[in-house]
Amino acid sequence: MHALEKLLLAKASGKSSVKTGEIVEAEVDLAEVNDLYLQVIKSFYEMGGKKVAHPERVAFVFDHYSPPPTIKAADNQKQMREFCEKMGINMLYDIGEGVCHQLLAESGLVGPGKVVIETDSHTTTLGALGSFATGVGATDLAIILLTGRLWFKVPSIVNINLDGKPPFPVMAKDVILHVLGKLKQDAAIYQAIEFTGSTLSSMEMDERFVLCNMSVEMGAKTAYIQPDEITFGFLEAMGAKREDFDVLTTDEDFAYSIVHNIDVGDLKPQIALPGSVDNVTNVEEVEGTPVTQVFIGTCTGGRLNDIKVASEILKGKSVAKNVRCIVIPASKKVFKDALKLGYVQTLIDAGAVFVTPGCGPCLGAHEGVLAPGDVCVSTSSRNFPGRMGSTQASIYIASPATAAASAIIGRITDPRKIL
Amino acid sequence: MDAIKGVVHIFGDNIDTDQIYPGRYLELTEPQDIAKHAMEGADEAFPSKVTPGDIIVAGKNFGCGSSREHAVITLLAAGVKAVIAKSFARIFYRNAINRGLCVVEIPDLDLSKIQDGLSVSVDVREGRAAFSNSYEARFVPFSEHILEIFEAGGVIPLYKSKTEER
Repeated sequence: MHALEKLLLAKASGKSSVKTGEIVEAEVDLAEVNDLYLQVIKSFYEMGGKKVAHPERVAFVFDHYSPPPTIKAADNQKQMREFCEKMGINMLYDIGEGVCHQLLAESGLVGPGKVVIETDSHTTTLGALGSFATGVGATDLAIILLTGRLWFKVPSIVNINLDGKPPFPVMAKDVILHVLGKLKQDAAIYQAIEFTGSTLSSMEMDERFVLCNMSVEMGAKTAYIQPDEITFGFLEAMGAKREDFDVLTTDEDFAYSIVHNIDVGDLKPQIALPGSVDNVTNVEEVEGTPVTQVFIGTCTGGRLNDIKVASEILKGKSVAKNVRCIVIPASKKVFKDALKLGYVQTLIDAGAVFVTPGCGPCLGAHEGVLAPGDVCVSTSSRNFPGRMGSTQASIYIASPATAAASAIIGRITDPRKIL
Repeated sequence: MDAIKGVVHIFGDNIDTDQIYPGRYLELTEPQDIAKHAMEGADEAFPSKVTPGDIIVAGKNFGCGSSREHAVITLLAAGVKAVIAKSFARIFYRNAINRGLCVVEIPDLDLSKIQDGLSVSVDVREGRAAFSNSYEARFVPFSEHILEIFEAGGVIPLYKSKTEER
């Protein structure tokens, strides 16, 4: 059996084994609702809900509209605050705390052996900590509020084995874009992805999260990295204890649905071209394309390491005259750490604009939406038409290093040329 | 469950949730408001031309992208009865079943044989989609588990009756 199958089995009472394709009803350790999902509360009441089964296992996070740009968004958050108060839900992360996946990673509650469900597709991020973590819609989440449980189909598992250590400034973002470009966005629909290989042994958690985060862009239900000392180093830094978690391991005879061996030792900086995140090429192929906005942030590209790399590249330099460079830390903790370490000062001196921790313009809601004709290099995860505003804008997805280098020149730039 | 009949609207591969329901309208919560932006990112004219009972036919990976349930609510509220596609993204698929939007997966669907404006009759018990130009595609019929949800009108009425029993 695979570690993920053992994990689901441990949470599904009354079974002695599980197999691929089987439906299991599993206990949920942590469920999270973000501020796009007032529908969760509506569905909860429509199903006759009166009381939340386990309020101590539920979090609400206001991140997509943080702070709210419209009366409607403000009213949605108000109704959620009232619901939390009424139901005894104490884990309410209000505006400015950060993006849900980063906050849950920092909470110390998510780690090996846990089932974590959020109303957001990028929940796969948390598989980097050895959890079974997946996103659902509003009504599924309402069922968890009602019962504490949810049904899952046991997924088949794709193994992506990454070999080699790409040289700085090539980052995890370049690695996952390269993988997406090769395997395409339907490579793992309704399957889980496990990342293995020598590339991971030197990769810190901030980078591992990026691999698991963008796994959903291949259709994956969840992503997984076997916990190791790097995992526990992170968890202990977040105040968690080893004994709070169960590390499950995969049996040696487990058969993956497919194994992809990908060598990234010589990888160059990668970029996804506008319209589709699996249309990926080397940055040097599109160098010189004029840019009007650079966005460094989100649950994919707004962690401390991302801001550190951007500040190293922008240190002592300036954002080009015709470029808006927007930086949004993924959480308040990331923001405070970046302040302490001087990255914020460096970036502001270079001409970057800082915005409250949250999702920002990633989904086209506020804080830097794009006009028709805008060209944005973004460290986020999606570049569907209209994702960040106008359908007539172009979004290139790249690493924080490429984004920062492009901000300096005002054109898409290979970061190796700046360092 | 009786056969579902309707007029076809064709879309391509990888129709993502931002095309089905652009993120800038996510703050809306009432179905009649949400319906006004159905498929707007893929075809701006769709909300004005869709009529109740219509059926969307698409390529692979329909509904990829975000977990927004708005993507299902907008189609239902605009009157779309079913989506037929070569494959679906997982969260969209779950959301659709939960809300009673009929989603039919036909991996070997031949889109070159189908045009906008044809009508189609979908029988989910038989696993058969018959188009008005006599093209016919077969698929794995719905399981009892899924039929039970559809016949209840989605998981909300289903859980409501369970909650009331307790």
